[in-house]
Amino acid sequence: MEVDGRQLAVFRTRQGWYAIDQSCPHRGGPLADGIVADGCVTCPLHDRRFDLTTGRCGNDDELRVATYRVEIREDLVWVEASGLRRPRCPARA
Amino acid sequence: MSERDKLVVIGNGMAGARTVEEILERGGRDIFEITVFGDEPHGNYNRISLSNVLAGLEEPGAIFLNPLDWYEENAVTLHAGVRVTRIDRFAREVTADDGTLHRYDKLIIATGSRSFFPPIPGLLEDDGRPRRGVFGFRNIADTEQMLDWARGATRVAVIGGGLLGLEAARGLLERGLEAHIVHRGSRLMNMQLDGQAGAILRRGVEDLGIHVHIGTSTARVLVADNGRVAGLQFGDDSKLECDMVVATAGIRPNVELAARAGLTVERAIVVDDAMRAQDEDDIYVVGECAQHRGQVYGLVAPLWEQAVVLAAHLTGADPKAAYHGSKVATKLKVSGIDLATMGLVEPEHDDDEFIQYAEPKRRVYTAVIVRDGKLVGATLLGDVSKVSFLMQAFDRGMVLPEERRSLLFDLGAPAAAASVDELGDDAQVCNCNGVTKGAIRACVDGGARTLRAVMAATRAGSGCGSCKGQVLEVLEWAAGGQLEQDPVADYYVPSIPLPKAELMSIVRAQGLRSVSAVIAALGTETGDAKAKPALVSLLKMVWGREYEDERDARFINDRVHANIQKDGTFSVVPRIAGGVTTSAQLRRLADVADRYDLPMIKITGGQRIDLLGVRKRDLPAVWRELDMPSGHAYGKSFRTVKTCVGSDFCRFGLGDSTALGIRIEERFAGLESPAKLKLGVAGCPRNCSEAMVKDVGLVAVEGARWEIYVGGAAGAHVRKGDLLCTVDTADEAVLRVGRFIQYYRETARWLERTYAFMDRIGLDAVRAVVVEDRDGDGERLDAALEHSLAAYQDPWLEGRQPVTANQFT
Repeated sequence: MEVDGRQLAVFRTRQGWYAIDQSCPHRGGPLADGIVADGCVTCPLHDRRFDLTTGRCGNDDELRVATYRVEIREDLVWVEASGLRRPRCPARA
Repeated sequence: MSERDKLVVIGNGMAGARTVEEILERGGRDIFEITVFGDEPHGNYNRISLSNVLAGLEEPGAIFLNPLDWYEENAVTLHAGVRVTRIDRFAREVTADDGTLHRYDKLIIATGSRSFFPPIPGLLEDDGRPRRGVFGFRNIADTEQMLDWARGATRVAVIGGGLLGLEAARGLLERGLEAHIVHRGSRLMNMQLDGQAGAILRRGVEDLGIHVHIGTSTARVLVADNGRVAGLQFGDDSKLECDMVVATAGIRPNVELAARAGLTVERAIVVDDAMRAQDEDDIYVVGECAQHRGQVYGLVAPLWEQAVVLAAHLTGADPKAAYHGSKVATKLKVSGIDLATMGLVEPEHDDDEFIQYAEPKRRVYTAVIVRDGKLVGATLLGDVSKVSFLMQAFDRGMVLPEERRSLLFDLGAPAAAASVDELGDDAQVCNCNGVTKGAIRACVDGGARTLRAVMAATRAGSGCGSCKGQVLEVLEWAAGGQLEQDPVADYYVPSIPLPKAELMSIVRAQGLRSVSAVIAALGTETGDAKAKPALVSLLKMVWGREYEDERDARFINDRVHANIQKDGTFSVVPRIAGGVTTSAQLRRLADVADRYDLPMIKITGGQRIDLLGVRKRDLPAVWRELDMPSGHAYGKSFRTVKTCVGSDFCRFGLGDSTALGIRIEERFAGLESPAKLKLGVAGCPRNCSEAMVKDVGLVAVEGARWEIYVGGAAGAHVRKGDLLCTVDTADEAVLRVGRFIQYYRETARWLERTYAFMDRIGLDAVRAVVVEDRDGDGERLDAALEHSLAAYQDPWLEGRQPVTANQFT
């Protein structure tokens, strides 16, 4: 989904809802298409694994994605857009 | 449990401490209040490294495995430097030499061994302690005392030319002493080497500057006036002056405590397969003081295996855990001499195959012993380039190459790859993920000790997987032989502690039909996204139509039935069975490509047409307009059957390869399997469709017969298929192929291609099931296969009615 011109990946898991950047900072893989296990999503292209809460990559220290707060209000999914911030680590070329 | 049971462990050596670690790993902290007694006044250390400490290669402080804080952190009470003097198995109490009494519910005896001092007059003082200048070589105290003494000594005689004796002599040589080995036997390391190898080793040892006295028994130890050792007098009355003696003439298990307590003791304390003392429910024994099925082990690997079984049994993690004995392999840690041995020293049966190569001048001797097609012994002296492979073959009972000399040499291969030692830190080991030797070494330095841990941390070997062997070699090199057994290697998925067959039967028995049900019932939280697709595959095989699908468990390719590309678009490959198409199909393919502006159309290696660059949302429309079924070019499943022109047109054709290929592809299309299955059918032995390098290949031969090959590969790994059987009819070919595929589906590990499967299981075993039906399992396999085939539905039909609202968004 797109919020303020950014592509976000939104996940519904047994633990709740999460939103992170859609594009994997490694090679641009679509994170929304990844498998979620153990609170992390694994990119379908090259298996980089991101924590849905912190955005940290579990198998590549140089990578990180931004995370966004999600709330459910009256059956609608709200994603906090004001907090949009660049990931602390620049995406690699 | 409000009150935890009291577990007392006697012995804090490698066996005792390792067993405690294994117990803690299985939740032992919540079950037991653990108390450990250790003779030595410190934490647990790596006894194997004492040779390196003696030689100055490692600092004594660096060999500790569990420092004292570790015990505290894990709520283990350690009485270091306190010896247990009595076990009362009726009162369930032990008495320590500090006068204290400790009650136990469960007891582990891990008292290990001590140096054996042969009955040579003068070796010991009257009070039974070693004479001044005489040492055993067993613990840190021995090592420190030797180093102390060596500073003032000039010549050492080491009595006993086994593994430990050689290491002691080499270490003291490094410390500036003139070193002599005095050995009663006819050759060095006579437990591990045959005569020829022993002779070559002797020359290698002499090259280092160590004096070797073979076939020499020591009659007495000469004593100086001040009571110190002054030399040895031999059986032939000749003498060797020396001011230091090290006894490495073997070890003796410490069993007196157990014997006094009334336990059954033969050469050591007799245990059952659960590592319990004979007829005792609550007393376990582990390590060098245990005698299992007549064997007493003096090496570290068996002890680790025992520790695992003991812990699994004691904690109830696996009440059926059983120890079946260990295969024994040794490596000599003497710099300047490479030596590895495993299993038998010499052939024992008339039909044992014995392949030897000796080059005495270069101090090289290599030999292998093969029995019933399996490696049962090997000696590698001076050239250990094949040690990783042979060690694996020995441990796992792998099938060996027909040409036995290839066990010892790399034949016809490109110049042998540089040894790990020679590679630079920046040498790339994993070419998929660009992981260097240096990165793997750093990971091992950071504590990784299993292939899985290295793969998880560096991704090395997790791409195409073809470099796993080299990753393992670097790991072995970096860890200096301190590899850990990874029990997870046998599990179907890492998060569920069950091998595949057991997992299948539990899934069946408990009626677990969905991935989430399996994880809830059996798993720990799945830490690995790869576990879910693996479970989907297994459940679909077990349940067929009754499988309860959960889309979130599927890899994206299996959610949208297309292969994801680097830009997030997908490739669409319709089924063109046997590679035979029509002009109408080609027109439709061309029209669809134009209408959706597809950037590339590619003929695949499996004789299909691949439309690339399709957007996810267009998939349903593309499928509908093609009006062709899925070619399954994306999943872990039966993929394609490549065929040659066959007998209709080819002037050489002996069999109708296209017809059989199409029949097989239509029958098995899309069948889930542990890894992809690519097949080929050739109409004559010219093999234009490359059937001999397919997972399953059929080749028509004269007489209207078909040869069936299995386990071929020509991708990241190249292997010629094994000839499984030759059949008379196409019907029988289809039957055998189906039986093989079903056996593979049920037996192979997740992502294990048939080439690796055949190497692991062996052609004879596969043939026994698939061709000879030796266990009468054939009909059940056929029925299970039919059950799965009946559940097949073309997944592209989902385009017409998406399974979830957002399936293609």
